[in-house]
Amino acid sequence: MDKVQRDLLETVADIHGVPEGAYNIRANGKLGGRATTANIDIVTKQDNPGIDIIIKPGTVNESVHIPVIISESGLSDMVYNDFYIGEGSDVVIVAGCGIHNCGDQSSRHDGIHTFHVGKNARVKYIEKHYGEKDPDVSGANIMNPTTVVYVDEGGYIEMETTQIMGIDHTVRDTKAYLNGEDAKLVIRDKLMTHKDQHADAIFDVEMNGIGSTCDLISRAVAKDDSTQTFKAAIVGNARCSSHTECDAIIMDNAKISATPEIKANDLDAALIHEAAIGRIAGEQLIKLMTLGLTEEEAEQEIIAGFLK
Amino acid sequence: MLELKNVTFQVSDEKDQDKEIIKDISLTIEDQKFIAITGPNGGGKSTLAKLIVGIYEPSEGQILYNGTDITHMSVTDRAKLGISFAFQTPVRFKGIKVKDLIRLAAGRELSIGAACAYLSEVGLCAKDYIEREVDGSLSGGELKRIEIAQLIARNTELSVLDEPEAGIDLWSFSNLIKVFEKMREDRKRSIIIISHQERILDIADEILVMRDGQVADFGKKDEILPELLKGTAACKYYQ
Repeated sequence: MDKVQRDLLETVADIHGVPEGAYNIRANGKLGGRATTANIDIVTKQDNPGIDIIIKPGTVNESVHIPVIISESGLSDMVYNDFYIGEGSDVVIVAGCGIHNCGDQSSRHDGIHTFHVGKNARVKYIEKHYGEKDPDVSGANIMNPTTVVYVDEGGYIEMETTQIMGIDHTVRDTKAYLNGEDAKLVIRDKLMTHKDQHADAIFDVEMNGIGSTCDLISRAVAKDDSTQTFKAAIVGNARCSSHTECDAIIMDNAKISATPEIKANDLDAALIHEAAIGRIAGEQLIKLMTLGLTEEEAEQEIIAGFLK
Repeated sequence: MLELKNVTFQVSDEKDQDKEIIKDISLTIEDQKFIAITGPNGGGKSTLAKLIVGIYEPSEGQILYNGTDITHMSVTDRAKLGISFAFQTPVRFKGIKVKDLIRLAAGRELSIGAACAYLSEVGLCAKDYIEREVDGSLSGGELKRIEIAQLIARNTELSVLDEPEAGIDLWSFSNLIKVFEKMREDRKRSIIIISHQERILDIADEILVMRDGQVADFGKKDEILPELLKGTAACKYYQ
């Protein structure tokens, strides 16, 4: 693995050298390294590119890292990764994709991650998407992550997804089915676009289990001439509760469109949606300037805090 | 030393008519003085404070700080020159934590212990607050105290505070008085504080009474405060 690949790996997965626990590194469409543990197995799919990650019931305090890195310009990579998280387990899954484009062709990664969260299992899923380019290259960095989540009775999944600049075009599609009683989903999505980038963020959540809950907070910043669309559709089919918050800062000539939808098909479904788009408040800038920051420094602090 | 020379501040009202909020004010505030500004609501106190810290720019006149003309200087440059400001209504943020504001105020990386020490000075149990976000989850009184903690962390030559007591409960108020006394005595700093509270006016060296955009009176506390406390006689300031 060369330095570009090592740097990408560190950025998207906080991996320095060889990660602890189970891991699968995909580099330029090929297997770059794999380790399994007694409780976590990783198996290459036979029908499609990608892997099955099988976590035994009762596995606790273990982690899986499955980063994807692309450093060849013009590579188009598509993977299917399926996670089977056994009953009663408690694990951290770190995924991430980094592209370093050194040429004038588009580099593209499309990933479909499917999670089957077992009964009373807890998962923390951390996903970072990152792109960079050599100076003066025109090749676009494209990522289209699709995430599908099924949560059984008492299961819990917390998803922390981040994409801070660097990706020219993205469609981020997340679908969740809270099928079991008391199934829980927490999503913290952070997105920043700049230049002429475009990002679509789509969330569809079906709450079918009695007592299921969904808490989705999306924070987005669009700078320069970038554009973003945000669509969240939450459907309550049982006694359930959900809270969706879409908060966005626009700057320069950027444009953001947010379309919230909440749909209650049960009398006891309690669904809340909050959405706000606006520029950085002038009083916030002035406040930080009274502490000695320049307007640009104040802007950076406000955005860093907003996306923290 | 802060000098205001014939400072006027005009705004346009809804009917596009010019309205003077501050009318030809000239005054000098000496170093290491504790000045209280008081007077009726709408008299121009907050506007005067914002002119000093640079949030507003005078329509006419000149502001000098230690001999430097700061009339057209930015908020940032005045802050760097040693002027601090505590807002009447503290600004809220999404995601910025109390420790971040204290760090920015101090102008350097701080250990959690050092940041906590500033919060303790304003009577906040630091460990409960340091990681909190400066947002709507904090009460008005808590935000005011965090605002004052930032002034202590900045430790500049001149601090301007706009009604720091508003929203603060009685118990905390007594402690805040001690904080202001300490800011003055320990650090030999100048403080300009807008207040309606007798106890704050009582610890001032000088009191400036503002009414209708003008200085109605400015002098030693011992001369002005008794007048203010005379009940109906104080009406001369409030007419």
